[in-house]
Amino acid sequence: MKSFHHIKSWLLVALLAVFISACATTQEEMPAGGDGAPVYDQSQSGSSTGIVDGSSSGADASGLEGADGGDGTAIVDGPPMTVMEILEQTEGTLSNRTIYFEFDSAKLTDESLAILETHGNFVAGNGEVAVRLEGHADERGSREYNIALGDRRAQSVRRVLLFQGASSDQVETVSYGEEQPAVSGHDEDAWSKNRRVELIYTVN
Amino acid sequence: MQLTRPIIYLLAVFMLAMVQPANAALTIEITQGVDGALPIAVVPFDTSRVSGKFPVDLAEIIGSDLNRSGVLKAMARGELPASPHYSKDVQYSRWRNVGQDYLVVGRVLESSAGVYTIEFQLLDVLKQKQLVGRSMSAKKRNLRSRAHQISDFIYEQITGTRGAFNTRIAFVRAQKDAARKYVLQVADTDGFNAQNVLESDEPIMSPSWSPDGKSLAYVSFESSRPEIFIQQLATARRTKVSGFSGLNSAPSWSPDGKFLALVLSKDGSPDIYTMNTATKRLKRLTEHRSIDTEPVWSSDGRSIIFTSDRSGSPQLYEVSAEGGRPKRLTFEGNYNSAANVSPDGRYIAMVHGDRGQYKIAQLDRETGNLTVLTDASLDESPSFSPNGKMLLYASTLGNNGLLFAVSIDGRAKHKLSDQDGDIREPVWGPFESK
Repeated sequence: MKSFHHIKSWLLVALLAVFISACATTQEEMPAGGDGAPVYDQSQSGSSTGIVDGSSSGADASGLEGADGGDGTAIVDGPPMTVMEILEQTEGTLSNRTIYFEFDSAKLTDESLAILETHGNFVAGNGEVAVRLEGHADERGSREYNIALGDRRAQSVRRVLLFQGASSDQVETVSYGEEQPAVSGHDEDAWSKNRRVELIYTVN
Repeated sequence: MQLTRPIIYLLAVFMLAMVQPANAALTIEITQGVDGALPIAVVPFDTSRVSGKFPVDLAEIIGSDLNRSGVLKAMARGELPASPHYSKDVQYSRWRNVGQDYLVVGRVLESSAGVYTIEFQLLDVLKQKQLVGRSMSAKKRNLRSRAHQISDFIYEQITGTRGAFNTRIAFVRAQKDAARKYVLQVADTDGFNAQNVLESDEPIMSPSWSPDGKSLAYVSFESSRPEIFIQQLATARRTKVSGFSGLNSAPSWSPDGKFLALVLSKDGSPDIYTMNTATKRLKRLTEHRSIDTEPVWSSDGRSIIFTSDRSGSPQLYEVSAEGGRPKRLTFEGNYNSAANVSPDGRYIAMVHGDRGQYKIAQLDRETGNLTVLTDASLDESPSFSPNGKMLLYASTLGNNGLLFAVSIDGRAKHKLSDQDGDIREPVWGPFESK
């Protein structure tokens, strides 16, 4: 598992490309924020523009062109990417590592599900990858309840990753409740950005 | 880059598990006084027979204590008509003429270097007689504590209820700099003598006093996940008592000090357990897919009140400490959590959310009435004083976490603030054993 074969890496990138394109299709069909969920810069620009436009550079974009039936040679000829390189990319679905929630809810939107399926496949396909899911809540209500709520959110995300084939050894959850807000402020704008699960990757 | 965060976790965990003086002191401001509070004059104590400068202003400490109660109102020093130090020197008519019901006089003697004797008398102005008089020895380091004891004597003499001024509070302070250092502190009820119990770069949560006041249980994220510790305050000796996979949170000491109630998610969703603190043996009290958290013991130790969202929103429930079927306690409002039980068991304080506003409310178990006591929108963590007369809680004002205390009739309120960061999760400690 630790030794990283080039063939394997090539397969991975190709597989990833298929999943990402599947995901991009799903997202194209979804009206942005149409389910009443708040719309966030990160999830919108991170996933949809980068992928759908195919304008980004790097393996994600190359993979997409290939999967879209475009110039497939970009993948085959390009240097195989290491898992680390894939994770370090700033665009594409895998670079989207924050999942947002409604108040007092751990329910995943369709959009979040699509993002997490991509992450799940990535983790499942790379045994050397581990992901820590950090659940958070907004500041309203009581602190310990919010710890439990952050835990429930992290568990929702974990279930999707495991369903996609990630091993339970690869996925760790922790809840910080309202202790570590992403954004300070005491209004819905700040709260909506603080109700989240962050995916923190490590490569062994 | 997020990939490096685990390394930061390892490097960042720096802890100092010692009781030591803290830099930042809390300041107190009375934000809501009470009409009809009983007028009392506390004359500055005579310290002229003490060598050097006497280090504290006893009358000032006592007057501030009494003012915070909302029951008594200390006369401003500039308005005092006279400065007697012995009851025999008091001309009662002068005090009656300025509308005072009670008068406190006192003096300090130095029995040997740094060892003092404090004497005080509480006088009834209308009846023109002494209600109580005491003499107590003191050293430099416990002078403030002695002043709070005098406040307790006065309060009990006048109201018939034991005073809780000479007790301690614990709370968590989050410093504002980018590193976000968390500090668990204990302080006197007037915010003085703040001491650090634990410092960490990762969150510290949910302090709970042992009933003897000698230890705190708390949750620390120092290993990048929540674990429960018990720490003796005097020695700083601490033990990790719960580090299961998943949540280890919300510890709460039983009234007899033999058990902790706590929340674990090792068997699935967060559920309530009790742990025998001597044997570490666990007993599971709830088993439900919902969130069950924030357990607190009833005052007789026979049942546990907790928060559960099994009905769809957080509400309070009660279950026997032996286990069994939980019974729902709250029905008003769509968010009731963080229960705290009054020492006599009659009242349950809680965070009460209604139409997006989170306030402190109190359920009277005898009448079933729910009374909202506060008027801000982000109030949390209510904790009764050991005499049941005040509730300490946390609120957010601007961008600061502050502590407030409100009398249980909602009439008197004061604020404890700290310019050096957010303070939160206050818990009022027990009476010192007499």
